[in-house]
Amino acid sequence: MYKEICSKYAPTKDNLIYILHEIQDAEPQHYISKEAVLAVSDYLKLPENHIYGVMTFYSMYSTTPRGKHIIRLCESPPCYIKGSENILRKLGIILGVEVGETTKDGMFTLELCACLGVCGNAPVMMINEDVYGDLSEEKVEEIIESIRGRQ
Amino acid sequence: MKYYRSHILIGINETSIAAGVQGFILALRKELGKVGLSDEINLLETGPLGFFGKGICLTVYPENIHYENVKIEDVQELVEEHFLKGRPVPRLILEASSKFQPQFNYKKRIVLRNSGLIDPESIDAYLGTGGYEAWEKALLNMQPQQIVEEVKASGLRGRGGAGFPVGLKWSFTAPLEAKQKYVVVNADEGEPGTFKDRLIMEGDPHQLLEGTMICARAIGATKAYIYIRGEYKLCIMRLQKAIDQCRAYGIIGENIFDSGFDLDIEIKIGAGAYVCGEETALIESLEGNRGHPRWKPPFPGVKGLWQAPTVVNNVETLANVPYIIANGADEFKKHGTPECSGTKVYTILGDVAYPGLCEVDMGTPLRTIINDYAGGMKKGFKFKAALVGGAAGVILSDRLLDVNMDLVSLDEYSAVLGSGAILVMNEHQSIVDILWSILRFFRHESCGQCAPCKNGTQLLYRLINKIKKGEGTMDDVDMMITVAETMQYTSFCALGQSPIMAVRSAIENFRDEFIAITKE
Repeated sequence: MYKEICSKYAPTKDNLIYILHEIQDAEPQHYISKEAVLAVSDYLKLPENHIYGVMTFYSMYSTTPRGKHIIRLCESPPCYIKGSENILRKLGIILGVEVGETTKDGMFTLELCACLGVCGNAPVMMINEDVYGDLSEEKVEEIIESIRGRQ
Repeated sequence: MKYYRSHILIGINETSIAAGVQGFILALRKELGKVGLSDEINLLETGPLGFFGKGICLTVYPENIHYENVKIEDVQELVEEHFLKGRPVPRLILEASSKFQPQFNYKKRIVLRNSGLIDPESIDAYLGTGGYEAWEKALLNMQPQQIVEEVKASGLRGRGGAGFPVGLKWSFTAPLEAKQKYVVVNADEGEPGTFKDRLIMEGDPHQLLEGTMICARAIGATKAYIYIRGEYKLCIMRLQKAIDQCRAYGIIGENIFDSGFDLDIEIKIGAGAYVCGEETALIESLEGNRGHPRWKPPFPGVKGLWQAPTVVNNVETLANVPYIIANGADEFKKHGTPECSGTKVYTILGDVAYPGLCEVDMGTPLRTIINDYAGGMKKGFKFKAALVGGAAGVILSDRLLDVNMDLVSLDEYSAVLGSGAILVMNEHQSIVDILWSILRFFRHESCGQCAPCKNGTQLLYRLINKIKKGEGTMDDVDMMITVAETMQYTSFCALGQSPIMAVRSAIENFRDEFIAITKE
């Protein structure tokens, strides 16, 4: 799989970020494995430490397996003053995890992130590709339940 | 051209998509068809409408009625009452629109002149507003030197935060002899509370492309990159569509309009790092590295992307350029103040009656912006402070409500205009709390390359945490100023040099609050 993804891009360093994005998206557990790093290193002729350096610098990449749905709650000032802390507490209770952890069933990973640029609807979170705004404790519960129900 | 009795503008953005706007549009089309109105009523999917309503929002012209939080269940009633019988549905009308309408003052707009009025996914709609005429003029009737001079004469300054004169920036790169030069559009908007660039790109992507093209021509670049953050899915989709349309129309590509000039534009996606908004960190990221800022000089204008001369400009900055070229520098200078011409796009948030997006002349005081464009304070709340410019901005007290908001006037009060975010706070909100949130942000976003910033942001967070818990002393409070000041003088890039602004303004303007929360 890794080789296939790599071969879509020219073997130049500036494509590293795109290759990593695509590998992570293709991985059901939303992370970049050691094997993936070795494959990319081989393809781009870059040392593994450069790849690890880049992966750990940007907040969108993970080196450890994550849940099927990644919840990224904004913790920047505009969401903070609209009560993002309460939303975080509520999410922690519903999911039974702390920030950075994944639920036992592998469904959700709870993360915090910086401003998502949807501040007009603060507080805001993203679950995978989707944005959820104007969050309240009740609304968060509904959202999580509806995702669980979809399975 | 087809004549319509009414136009329904539907705002397609991240929130309305989450609320199911696509299904809503299908239902609305179907319902209009059912009652035989398809030929009379035009349904237009557009960008931001200029107000932040909840859920799905609509604007209906010529009645000029704004609806918010409209649901699929409301479609039948809406069509029957409003479009068939001509009676708007009061329960869905945006409360703000009944009281005041200054947000919708399109006459004074430059950057947002088309936003919310045309279909952003149609190049023909943009061409219909006079789009790409400036590009044609710049390419066929002007020499690169003339373009640079015109932009210089306009007095346009960078809208990303630093406010560097744009024409001057271009004039460093334009005369250089190089095999390859680049234009890089900085669309890595990450300043908390700022999302004007997202709305500019969602609402009118072609205007940004046109500005980028003119810049490329002025400095002699044949390749342009738009570096955009990965979260802005809708912007990426619309920009890509716009670029493809331009290629198909021959507006970019090889030998454009038989001028002998080649240009290609490509989108590059970021991976989540605030520091990549710094131009040299952005260039590092484009090259596939960690986003560590570079030592300056040499400046990117001389040695940038892959060591080639590169001009990096913010989205809003470039979106101003087509207007300047089309109408001339003098017309542009009619907006704003003598030292600071043009307009500024703001996003007003927090405890105002109607949070929203607005474009006003440079130099408009904060009080006017809040009262005339956001409907004043939310009912029952009093103004206490405003965080202007995001995390790298300042916390202003009511003392500065009447200061003109432009780069020069604010500088006199050691304040900055920053990126255009205005976060208004009411009298119940704690300044210590907001400062804590800002410093937590910096601690997370410091790239770790230079010691003053890496250690300083940690230390500032530890101090404010202690103060927030009620365990700090006034010595700790003053220590924060010392630390932030040291960072200002010794940090490698603007990130480490920024916390001083929030720290100093919070402590100086609201010292009583710090005294109240600290121990003897």
